[in-house]
Amino acid sequence: MIVTITLNGKKIQRDIAPDTVLLDFVRNEGCKSVKRGCDTSNCGLCTVFIDDKPALSCSVLAMRADGRKVTTLEGLQTEAEEFGAFLADQGAEQCGFCNPGLIMNAIALFRENPEPNENEIKEFLAGNLCRCSGYEGQMRAILNFIEWRKQR
Amino acid sequence: MITIKDYKKASSLEEAYELNQKRTNRIIGGMLWTKMSSANINTAIDISGLGLDKIEENDNEFIIGAMTTLRDIETHKGFDLYTDGAAKEALHHIVGVQFRNLATVGGSVFGRYGFSDVITLFLSLDTYVQLYKGGIIPLAQFINMPYDRDILVNIIVKKEKIRCAYKSVRITKTDFPVLACSAALTKSGVRMVFGARPGKAVLLTDAENIIDGEITEENAEQFAAFAKENIKTGSNMRGSAEYRSHLVSVLAKRILMDMGGLEK
Repeated sequence: MIVTITLNGKKIQRDIAPDTVLLDFVRNEGCKSVKRGCDTSNCGLCTVFIDDKPALSCSVLAMRADGRKVTTLEGLQTEAEEFGAFLADQGAEQCGFCNPGLIMNAIALFRENPEPNENEIKEFLAGNLCRCSGYEGQMRAILNFIEWRKQR
Repeated sequence: MITIKDYKKASSLEEAYELNQKRTNRIIGGMLWTKMSSANINTAIDISGLGLDKIEENDNEFIIGAMTTLRDIETHKGFDLYTDGAAKEALHHIVGVQFRNLATVGGSVFGRYGFSDVITLFLSLDTYVQLYKGGIIPLAQFINMPYDRDILVNIIVKKEKIRCAYKSVRITKTDFPVLACSAALTKSGVRMVFGARPGKAVLLTDAENIIDGEITEENAEQFAAFAKENIKTGSNMRGSAEYRSHLVSVLAKRILMDMGGLEK
């Protein structure tokens, strides 16, 4: 089936199997930051933006994204690098596997609510699991990032 | 896992209905639960292009399209205000924002799942479902109907003067509830719903007129005992029937105290 998706700003048309999920589609296009962490729609690692809203790419058919805009971490380099540096400063993660999904959803949070409090951060990021940490480093990084942006 | 041979974006409800009459075809809502099943789907029917992803509010009702996402309901200011925040409380525990941006109210309601926070919430409101062929019927009737090949088009919530609250107990955040409780205090009395018993949500009305007038700690405790006696619970990996029955009385009291402005 023919699908047309604007992936990270570039309009592409591909012939795909009807049951291709968006995660496999974007990975085939070279967006390897998008990973399958759990396959039960729980871990948040496969987060992409569909028309600027964060969504689990493991759970949506690529055909659903036909005619829409899909953004992965590869398409958000500047925002991702800015925030990612704060995560690195805190040594927030051990293995880093969950990092792309967390950064994507954190960016979605900052866009929707530029100065969230701790409860709002926890609530928005509840769907991003990290099995190495207790999220303390990530929380410090997010708070530091918000503070830095305020003073910029 | 699921396999899909063909995919059709319906251009009308009639087209979707015709396609859906074949047993091997299936309407795709948010696909979150469908994806977890094992099925060979011949044609996946996509109704996302039919404008059913909106919430309309007028003086008498909310009309919520079946393809409206749980996140859009959670963040709808009018519905949040109408339900005193109960809608947000019911929905925001469901996995994560990225999940709720996909999950649809139609998928949640049509599935009639026992664990459903969505059904628990809507059952405590004056809610109807609009089916393409079956017309408008009360949600309470719909959830006990056998699955058929009709299409859920809208969820309709009739406005009334109410106070609402929602509470649930979960072993861990984002998990299914061990027990969920939604309540509305209406002109005609209390409507209290218990979901994740773990069976399908059930509605309890105040048959003994315990809450007659204002809510007090005393009548809240009486109602809690009445609820414990009348709500049938069961056991699963998240809790025993005995534990759930205890929770029925705890949540019933807390939710009444909350609605009565007495919560400590």
